Amino acid sequence: MRYLLADHAAALIDRIIMDQIPAGSRVLDLGCGDGRLLCRLRDEMDASIQGVERDPKAVIAAISKGVPVIQADLDQGLDEIPDHAFDYAVLSQTLQQVIQPENVVNEMLRAAQRAIVVVPNFGHWRIRLQILVNGRVPITSELPYDWYNTPNLHFLTMIDFRALTERLQLRIVRELPIVGGVAKAGLQLANLRAESALFVLERMTNEVIPITIPEPQKPATEIESDSAV
Amino acid sequence: MTLASAPPLPRDDRSVGIVSTKLIDLFSGESPLKLESGVELGLVRVAYETYGQLNEDASNAIYICHALTGDAHVAGKHSPESKKAGWWDGMVGPGKTFDTNRFFVICSNVLGGCKGTTGPCSTNPATGKPWGSTFPFITIGDMVEVHAQLVRSLGIRKLLAVVGGSLGGMMALDWAARFPDMAHAIVGLATSARLTAQGIAFNAVGRRAIYADPNYKNGDYYDGEGPKFGLALARMIAHITYLSETSIERKFGRKLQNSDQLGYVLQQEIEFQVESYLHYQGQRFVERFDANCYLYLTRAMDYFDISQKYGSIGAALGQTAARFFLCSYSSDWLFPPSQSREIVTALLGAGKNVTYLELESVKGHDSFLLELEELESLLKPFLSSISSEVMSLASTRSGGSHR
Repeated sequence: MRYLLADHAAALIDRIIMDQIPAGSRVLDLGCGDGRLLCRLRDEMDASIQGVERDPKAVIAAISKGVPVIQADLDQGLDEIPDHAFDYAVLSQTLQQVIQPENVVNEMLRAAQRAIVVVPNFGHWRIRLQILVNGRVPITSELPYDWYNTPNLHFLTMIDFRALTERLQLRIVRELPIVGGVAKAGLQLANLRAESALFVLERMTNEVIPITIPEPQKPATEIESDSAV
Repeated sequence: MTLASAPPLPRDDRSVGIVSTKLIDLFSGESPLKLESGVELGLVRVAYETYGQLNEDASNAIYICHALTGDAHVAGKHSPESKKAGWWDGMVGPGKTFDTNRFFVICSNVLGGCKGTTGPCSTNPATGKPWGSTFPFITIGDMVEVHAQLVRSLGIRKLLAVVGGSLGGMMALDWAARFPDMAHAIVGLATSARLTAQGIAFNAVGRRAIYADPNYKNGDYYDGEGPKFGLALARMIAHITYLSETSIERKFGRKLQNSDQLGYVLQQEIEFQVESYLHYQGQRFVERFDANCYLYLTRAMDYFDISQKYGSIGAALGQTAARFFLCSYSSDWLFPPSQSREIVTALLGAGKNVTYLELESVKGHDSFLLELEELESLLKPFLSSISSEVMSLASTRSGGSHR
């Protein structure tokens, strides 16, 4: 699922994710692709690993690497994963591609004690400038797609993501702005300068906040009388 | 990787060739087989076939467990004149999924079967007559005990993988629970940890068909014709459960067998093609299968519930360090995907990891016998990764012992 980044950049992000996970943890990678990150977690950090991936070719690639993988679509829910079966659930560069990001974040913190989410930051100054100057949807190395062929369904900034965690009553354990594949803890004006950001999340309460469902439109009374004709 | 780069041979050139079924006597003398029912069974004859070569440290063996009416003859032909190859010939052979150039593949007929392994149609040594309905009650666990004993007798301590579809998958799961240190991997296709009520119901109807046949004679029919009609009917019913609504519709639709018009004659039993097909399947089955065996094996299937003995599916499967590969088929309503997902959930809850795919197929429960290309694309890399893990483990060990 990670169509977004070139291999080198992805490896840098993987490194930043690995730095958040204690050795020997039980890790679930959602949208694990060919299992690259999980392989490293297994080989270098003795982690117990499990992948979830939708794309059939990526699933085969993961199996070839000896990575256990469940073929599933994140938007269809993760019903087969029991509550708190994992220490960490990882979702790297994928949240903006699912239909129901809110639901997926909730599911991550049902399946695992902690969630690690990496999202591209749409608030980066270069993106803002492109819209302002060109008047067109921006294309950057982080978001290298035209509007009509992008796998990215949602565009969010770091501030937007923080707002979501607040809504879902999640504690941000760690927030790492990423610039040029390097984590910059405590970066000033991060929402303007970070290309992407990593968040480590955990639940504040045991209560699951229901996802937002748009209020159903009340049918107007005139329409009702029309339909009787 | 070398496999992937080699040009694939045409299917026929990848046959294991002419094979023969071997016989071995197990549990003889002072160590009879203790069945789950408590009864002891001395001397169990097992019919089995093997393909490929067992390597020096006996680390390349894969055990295939057959389904309800299968047998030890998985691949190749018994003679050059044989019309049909083994039941999973597409999967076992040089360069195939279970690559006989690399792996030593074993399959045996199950305990209670009628293809050479001791079962109700074998002779009871105490009476000199066929066991018939006096054959002791058997379970999936009993079958696995015999499989494991065969493996030990072949000088194998740990299998690379235990593989099975449907009832064979149940055996693979039971194996993982019963002998947690005997396999590096468990492969279960279109299987379940316990048969559904619907599955038991269909088995019950099949058994009733046999019981109701006047030639059944309480199971002691070996001097007569036997309950042919009952057995054929049981197979007709079961066969429907192996197909899907879509596959049966596509294959037959409402096509008529011998005419292009309806006959309006009630006595004409076969009008639609699907009727003709089912009758044919029933007749063919009677030629190759025994009614008592059908009763014993379907009952064993009904009884299977891996959670019952160990408390939960997770407790049953949590003891092994084996890697799990599970696969279900979207149109399978006899062993539906929900049952495979139940196993996945239990494994994850028990701290295990698992590879699981729900494959799209219209071919129903039979998909695992028919849709081999996709299965090959998944199982080949899975087996390769297990095999290289086992090899690197072995080399570390032998390296350590030299020091």
